Amino acid sequence: MLNEPGTYLPVGYLPILIFLGFSFVFGLGSLVFGLLLRPRRPYAEKLSPYESGIAPEGEPRQKFSVKYYIIAILFVVFDVEAVFLYPWAVAFDMIGLYGFVEMVLFIFILVIGYVYAWRKEAFVWD
Amino acid sequence: MELLWEISIIVIKIVVVVSVVMFHVAYATYFERKVIGRMQMRMGPKEVGPLGILQPVADGIKSFFKEDIIPLNSDKPVFYLAPVISIMAAMSALAVIPFFDGFIISNINLGILFILAMSSLGAYGIVLAGWASNSKYAFLGGLRSAAQVISYEVSLGLSLVGVMLLAGSFNLNDIVEAQSSSVFGFYAIPQILGFFVFIVSAVAETNRPPFDLPEAESELVAGYFAEYSGFRFALFMAAEYIGMIIMSSLAVLCFLGGWTVPYYVLYLFPFLGAVPGVVWFILKLYACIFFYYWIRATLPRFRYDQLMALGWKLLIPLSLLNILITGIAKLII
Repeated sequence: MLNEPGTYLPVGYLPILIFLGFSFVFGLGSLVFGLLLRPRRPYAEKLSPYESGIAPEGEPRQKFSVKYYIIAILFVVFDVEAVFLYPWAVAFDMIGLYGFVEMVLFIFILVIGYVYAWRKEAFVWD
Repeated sequence: MELLWEISIIVIKIVVVVSVVMFHVAYATYFERKVIGRMQMRMGPKEVGPLGILQPVADGIKSFFKEDIIPLNSDKPVFYLAPVISIMAAMSALAVIPFFDGFIISNINLGILFILAMSSLGAYGIVLAGWASNSKYAFLGGLRSAAQVISYEVSLGLSLVGVMLLAGSFNLNDIVEAQSSSVFGFYAIPQILGFFVFIVSAVAETNRPPFDLPEAESELVAGYFAEYSGFRFALFMAAEYIGMIIMSSLAVLCFLGGWTVPYYVLYLFPFLGAVPGVVWFILKLYACIFFYYWIRATLPRFRYDQLMALGWKLLIPLSLLNILITGIAKLII
């Protein structure tokens, strides 16, 4: 599996690239195909955003809670943690006890931050 | 010339897989309506064809003939592309799923990571749809969905670390092989905690009930696709069902032994060895999909604060605990 530096060609990913292209064509193609079949009779009421039958009021893109940002920041922290855990898990047989203790320390440091976020009520949604 | 040959084989494989999966997506909707109907003492679809068997075909044809309404003041390019992004992210994860022994479109050694990456990209389709629609319901639905998907992404990823520890690989083929030679024959028993976290996160990740807050019809009408109609709406629905099939396949491959049967079952019932692997895979897949429908019919929808509390206060500590337990067990054995 190990290649010489500079000679590695990700050939295994070629089918994925083709698949991405195929699914793009599939999505777009089915919409274009529908264009030939479907009617098109727009008028003002039909095109106005749906708001349970009354005329839409105010700007739809309003300010939203800062909680969403906090969740996004916490997500970055934990997702990076997960990214560190993946190679560790696969290499576990090679690194043994030493690697395990290292990872426990790493998780412990993160748990301190996690407990802090919990105490600061970052997970409370009101 | 050789490359051209290779590419055409890949394209044929992709067309076969996509058509088989789209067939199953169509009939998953029929299966869902029948199962939920029976659970609620109704009949489910029964008019189109015998026992309503042609209902998905009728639905498909209908969605082509529906007018495609683009709301005024919407962000048109984004509005056009959002469902395509959704279906691309959902579909391309199929490339790394081995449906039976030796059949896989792309046997990369990072299979699990690719599926996780694609399921996160699916959130873009939802957020962009919510943003582009110029509608309050869609906007709120998109925001909620973004927060929900990224919250449960963490526990989904962490719950699979236990499986990676046991199997020592990201490749789904290797994980299935490692499972069939393990003590129990599948990882759902030694990884019971991880399996639990995975199930809950997978349901939340695909926005299915009881975690369907982004499209909570009693408060947000239809959430992020409230303004979508015709085939664009159908693409979102297809993406949701493909997502469900992907998550169920991941559960089958990582926890339920994939296309293999545990060796002790084969020892007791040797004739089961004659059943091809793909049959086992589909049976296990449909068991998972049935589970999705079952909890939809059973559980009421969560409140948003309950949803966030469950993800961050329960599932993340549980999945970290699972990693520690698995690591210690692996050191001892």
